[in-house]
Amino acid sequence: MSEQRPVTAQKPLVEVNGLKMYFPIHAGVLRRHVGDVKAVDDVSFTIYEGETLGLVGESGCGKSTCGRAVLRLYDPTAGSIRIDGQEIGTLSQSQLRPKRPLMQMVFQDPQASLNARMSVAAIISEPLDEHTKMSRDEKLARVYELMDAVGLNRDFANRYPHEFSGGQRQRIGIARALALNPKFIVCDEPIAALDVSIQAQVVNLLEDLQEKLGLTYLFISHDLSMVRHICDRVAVMYLGRIVELASRDTLYDAPLHPYTEALLSAVPEADPDAIGGKQRIILQGDVPSPANPPKGCNFCTRCPKVMEICKTVKPALKEHQPGHFAACHLLEDGTAARQ
Amino acid sequence: MTDSINTAKAAAAAASYRPPRNQWWDVWDQFRTHKGAMFGMCVFVLLIALVALGPWLWDVSATQTNMRMRNKPMSWEFPLGTDQLGRDILARVIAGGKTTLAVGLTAMCLSITLGATIGICAGFFRRADNILMRVTDLFLALPLLPLLLLMVMLFREPLVQSFGPELGIFLLIVTAIAMTSWMNTARIVRGEVLTIKEREFVLAARSIGTPARRIILRHILPSVLSPVMVAATLGIANAVITESALSFLGLGFPPDFPTWGRLLQDGMPYINLYPSRVLWPALALSSLVLSVNYIGDGLRDALDPRIRGR
Repeated sequence: MSEQRPVTAQKPLVEVNGLKMYFPIHAGVLRRHVGDVKAVDDVSFTIYEGETLGLVGESGCGKSTCGRAVLRLYDPTAGSIRIDGQEIGTLSQSQLRPKRPLMQMVFQDPQASLNARMSVAAIISEPLDEHTKMSRDEKLARVYELMDAVGLNRDFANRYPHEFSGGQRQRIGIARALALNPKFIVCDEPIAALDVSIQAQVVNLLEDLQEKLGLTYLFISHDLSMVRHICDRVAVMYLGRIVELASRDTLYDAPLHPYTEALLSAVPEADPDAIGGKQRIILQGDVPSPANPPKGCNFCTRCPKVMEICKTVKPALKEHQPGHFAACHLLEDGTAARQ
Repeated sequence: MTDSINTAKAAAAAASYRPPRNQWWDVWDQFRTHKGAMFGMCVFVLLIALVALGPWLWDVSATQTNMRMRNKPMSWEFPLGTDQLGRDILARVIAGGKTTLAVGLTAMCLSITLGATIGICAGFFRRADNILMRVTDLFLALPLLPLLLLMVMLFREPLVQSFGPELGIFLLIVTAIAMTSWMNTARIVRGEVLTIKEREFVLAARSIGTPARRIILRHILPSVLSPVMVAATLGIANAVITESALSFLGLGFPPDFPTWGRLLQDGMPYINLYPSRVLWPALALSSLVLSVNYIGDGLRDALDPRIRGR
């Protein structure tokens, strides 16, 4: 995890291009279409095989919607999603079904994402029931194998989700996601509902599994220190758009976008003296409504370095250094424009 | 903490990976611990046995009148007494139980199936929601008795001709009761489905690629079972009462055909003089409804793993 992998040499596994996910607003007596909540607005990124892409941003910026749209749990408004070279953005749900084993999801709330009326064995073998023709004994063997892989005692197979702690439940969720040997897993804030000591266990489990099985993760989180720990590259989202995308170390050491700077300065520090005299950047105001985003840059209402052009023209996501993308007018004349 | 780990390890070693047990054994184990449910089950089985085996044990005609033996009290000859036409009440209760149990249980099953199906479809499929719920409202708004009257008028003769008087009227009454009592179940189930289908485990099932019909069968249906159970137990009582009302109006079974509701209706005018004439059918009816209610209660608890284990 620690060594920086040569990103360009790898094969892209997931390519998302111009993904838009709008939720229509209907109002009035005739339920006319009066607007859209632009939860995800023109998002493009690539995830290479075996890497972990972190997707960070504040609450309501569209991270989870983006993750779910990539797995086609929502029907995206526009854009293309290619996984392992196959376009899945436009397939119907029935055409999509055979592709499901390739991509799986780990959910945020392990309490809610497991059916309380099914035993652990039934939960983990649900994907096997759907996609394989294994016999009952083969399924049981696979379930035990998966329970070993995620560190659950085999004897728990007969128990029900309410008998487990949060961390164990999340392990059940991970075992279910692994059942079909997927290549790509969307982790939708898998640690947000767990307490800190358990978070580390689950994240380490995810890392171990990645190493053993060569998994590719889209890791959605708002916990920046955890993202720094697990991810190879990080994308920062604000109000439905990616504002910055770079390899982990570049992003954390030298962020280009003012929003990323503000976000990083908000990370709590264990040792207050270590920050020295560095001031936190405190953003004023609230996030604008995704139903009515600002005309120019989405961040222009709160940006400490706002310029005239920001209020009228949306900045495009451009590569400013190799592998370092950002969408900001400050960077248009090269990085020299920054103070 | 360490204690619990040690005990867990010991338990694990002792059990040494027993294979997953069929869930229904757990359900049965829990059901057995529910005293009320077991009692209800016994009463229910007893009632069925009485109705099924009664004609062999008590070989007296339920329709034979005997004018000299009118309104007799309980005696060895007539264990539950006789009615105003001298018919043996025990024989009538046994004979009436057959019809009442059959009508009550069948009508309840039909009504629950219909209501649950419509409720689940309305809740799960957004497109069907509006039209199905308007149909439900329509049925709720219809005046019941005139509708039943109309159904009986239209279908009684053809049904009696093709299935014979007993089966024909049975089918007619069961359908009529089911058709007019599914709406509440449908509404309750729809509401429940609307909340459950937004839960993450349904989304998880969809991300696995489970098709809609199996999501419904595997995840939604078991979760809406408890309101359905409650509706079912109330449905039996409702069906029995509707059946007796229909018979009373002369639209159901013929007057000499005993049912528990019918016996009650017949006994009502004599309640001051001969209270036992109302008492026995009423007791049978109440124990039926109560036993089904307790069975439903026990089943609901047994089907929920969160309550099971306690």
